[in-house]
Amino acid sequence: MQERVKQKAIELLENGTVDRVLGWKTGEFFYDLTPAVFTSREEAETNFVFSAFSGANLSKYLIAESRKGGKVAVFLKPCDSYSFTQLLKEHRIWRENVYAVGVQCDGMCDAEKLRDAGCEGILSVREEGENLIVGTLYGEKTVARKDALLERCTVCKSKKIVTFDELIGENGEELDSDRFAEVARLEAMTPEERFDFWRGELSRCIRCNACRNVCPACSCEKCVFDNADSGVRNKAAADSFEEKLFHIIRAFHVAGRCTDCGECSRVCPQHIPLHLLNRKFIKDINELYGTYQAGADPETKPPLTDYTVSDCEPSVVYERGGKP
Amino acid sequence: MKTIAISELNRLFEAISGGRKLYIPAEDGAGQAKFTPWRDGLKLTDKLNTVRSAKDLFFPQVENLVNFKVTGKQIEIIENRDISEPFAVFGVRGCDCRSFDILDRVFLSDPVDTYYQTRRENGLVITLACTRPAETCFCGTFGIDPASPGGDVTCWMEGDALYWQANTEKGKALTAELPMLRDCGEEAVETQKTRIRGALEKLPLRDLDLTGFDGEHMQTLFRSEKWAELSESCLGCGTCTFVCPTCQCYDVQEFNTGTEVKRFRCWDSCMYSDFTQMSAGQPRPTQKERFRQRFMHKLVYFPSNNHGIYGCVGCGRCLQKCPIHMNIVKVARTLKEEMK
Amino acid sequence: MRPDPLIPMLGVVTAIRTDTPDVKTFRVTGVDGKKPFVHIPGQCAMLSIPGVGEALFSITSSPTEDYLDFSIKKCGCVTAWLHQMEVGQQITIRGPYGNGFPVDTELAGKDLLFIAGGIGLAPLHSVINYCRHYRDRYGSIDIVYGSRSKADLVDFPEITDEWCREEGIRVHLTIDNAQPDWDGHVGFVPNFVKELNFDTSKTVLMCGPPIMIKFTLAGLMELGFSREQIYTTMELRMKCALGKCGRCNIGNKYVCKDGPVFRFDQLDQLPDEY
Repeated sequence: MQERVKQKAIELLENGTVDRVLGWKTGEFFYDLTPAVFTSREEAETNFVFSAFSGANLSKYLIAESRKGGKVAVFLKPCDSYSFTQLLKEHRIWRENVYAVGVQCDGMCDAEKLRDAGCEGILSVREEGENLIVGTLYGEKTVARKDALLERCTVCKSKKIVTFDELIGENGEELDSDRFAEVARLEAMTPEERFDFWRGELSRCIRCNACRNVCPACSCEKCVFDNADSGVRNKAAADSFEEKLFHIIRAFHVAGRCTDCGECSRVCPQHIPLHLLNRKFIKDINELYGTYQAGADPETKPPLTDYTVSDCEPSVVYERGGKP
Repeated sequence: MKTIAISELNRLFEAISGGRKLYIPAEDGAGQAKFTPWRDGLKLTDKLNTVRSAKDLFFPQVENLVNFKVTGKQIEIIENRDISEPFAVFGVRGCDCRSFDILDRVFLSDPVDTYYQTRRENGLVITLACTRPAETCFCGTFGIDPASPGGDVTCWMEGDALYWQANTEKGKALTAELPMLRDCGEEAVETQKTRIRGALEKLPLRDLDLTGFDGEHMQTLFRSEKWAELSESCLGCGTCTFVCPTCQCYDVQEFNTGTEVKRFRCWDSCMYSDFTQMSAGQPRPTQKERFRQRFMHKLVYFPSNNHGIYGCVGCGRCLQKCPIHMNIVKVARTLKEEMK
Repeated sequence: MRPDPLIPMLGVVTAIRTDTPDVKTFRVTGVDGKKPFVHIPGQCAMLSIPGVGEALFSITSSPTEDYLDFSIKKCGCVTAWLHQMEVGQQITIRGPYGNGFPVDTELAGKDLLFIAGGIGLAPLHSVINYCRHYRDRYGSIDIVYGSRSKADLVDFPEITDEWCREEGIRVHLTIDNAQPDWDGHVGFVPNFVKELNFDTSKTVLMCGPPIMIKFTLAGLMELGFSREQIYTTMELRMKCALGKCGRCNIGNKYVCKDGPVFRFDQLDQLPDEY
């Protein structure tokens, strides 16, 4: 699979299907891949990598890349294809300039997960059955593959590649994952417990904006939090409520558009489970408006920007007993 | 050289915190190491380093500068700076310890920043040698010895014991307060130093060479065409800046409480689009210029103004935390290639 | 309170003069009526209104006066607030910042040519009046000053009533477009400078919008001036003005501390990012 993706990148450049390829570039180590644009066979041959560490979702880069003229190829894992489709739906990507290659995905790993699993001085990795054998400066260490996976992959919602021009590997199906289990656990808490949970998590926020900047749903030309005239711009918390305000407003703004791609939690340097805020909204939308998955197709009207007579009334808050 | 059993660390921490606040690197609920105020029983982390660096204790992310009360045409200036009390920080690694020297060059040079100066005067730095450096470590490039990290007191943890060596007057005064520390020989520490230096030989980034990154090459490096490629997928977030022990750019902002105006400063990032935005224009209009500024500052501008000392200590935090895995090592290697 | 350079002192606005539709000159003293500090021509100060913000302005008055004047163009948040304030308003002030022009060293004994465009006169104004005060220390003085229209010439009465009448000072005014009550020169500063065909022995002090600087510099090069003879003063976004907040650098030089005054041969050594 890894070699096929790379060969496809080279082939698309060589046969003139595209001028540029958006993919992942090799780094200092096996795990530190950087999203990159390749324009020649040589570059792609030397530096293109697709591996279990190609977690970065490339869809958002297409907002800029698709406007540059010429044609750009992009490699999309199933969850990336939801972001891509959602951005198409929002008319943020110029589809005619993009050649989308869907890539079958068996879950993506992350070096931070290996570190959390106790690996120090990570140098190499190889798969052995359900395990990863991690070569380190201090000897080999065995980590169960599931423990090295990104959170979003441990509860993968779909193996289906929604939008593509070409496919590498097989297209899969939507999965019956238990991705809402953690949300349900939070819902079962008392308001005080839940507030403490979020206060604890969000107090670690350093306002680096990585979650926002990586988020495919955060594609405003100028974010309200960068706008001095908005009255809410702050690079740092002027008081302890600030971080919560930032994350909650962001969650509200992407509600109904967030595909649950999990990039926010992947990039958070402080390991804040930001995806849980978004997933709560997804769960609520499912329950209050009927099941809806953002990015699952290019046509369905998003419930929060559509009106039907059966829409719930604001009183639903009361009807739910004031509970979340 | 002094020593104490690791099983008695809690007692040592208790004694240190008797005369001052003590911070030790401990894990939070999410398993992230952080310099945390010591309380009875708080466990020292096994992790090599904290997510945020020790600079936080001397240059906090947010701090009050001054308050104003505005009444009609009258303004009253009100002292509002956070009270700084004596504190000690235990478990600082060699890289973070060196970062204080870099921060000193900024904040203690004329005109002195008294907010930082007060914390430096109040702070006591107890370092800890690194027994298991990570693959992302490259402090050796900057001449830092993680086997002898420095500070007011240097500590080593070897076997069941902690070894303690006071380096400064401040460190000696603290040592005198701690009767539980017993005299001991140097053998154990020397053995550890040898082992650490052996480990350093195996680090994958040990060959990073910054020769040529200096004021002489400022124009060549600035004009390199590689910046476009290096910065192309940069998200423009502040992760690298905020986990960096030497990044010290700040913003001054105000917050109107309704009765007073609080003027505070907070960390800022040259990666942010509004960093140099003026009503008249923007000298760094795209992410390329902002990205270039960050690395030129660390690798060229800072050393050219500070006798060749780089604005980086090789702690590797940015290597681990950048969402797109772009970092100073990749930048240096790519530009070095150019200079050949 | 342990004094810190970031903590300002109080000042009071004792006079406000409207120069042009968007430029006003504010006279500032300490609350005790005395000058807050002594500066060098070309240096700047941080002015602020708590709750609105703090910004850096060049000091317009000469150090030989017992007050500080600031000619300020309305163009942003802080300047808009300053423009609506009244006499007696307290503000905060800290400074002086920057290197200033080398009035007592490199410029001493030289024939000086001042070239200003619009609000760019503000920092040069301080130098001009300093040189007038110590007239015997300098050679000839030429002042080229251009603006969009007659109404946009800052401090027009002082220029016509004092500078123009003083022996040894030649003032060359120009406006961008002809207008009925103007019998002076019409045209842009760069062309005017070339037309005036100045002797290349002069030392040039130039300040104005970037586009004027660019073309005037080219014109001066054509006339045979060297870049070592030409000084300018820069402006970039600043927060501390102490060389620490990290945003006003051009290469390894901080505009707030190493500048704002640079010679063009010095700027040539720095990255082109301003």
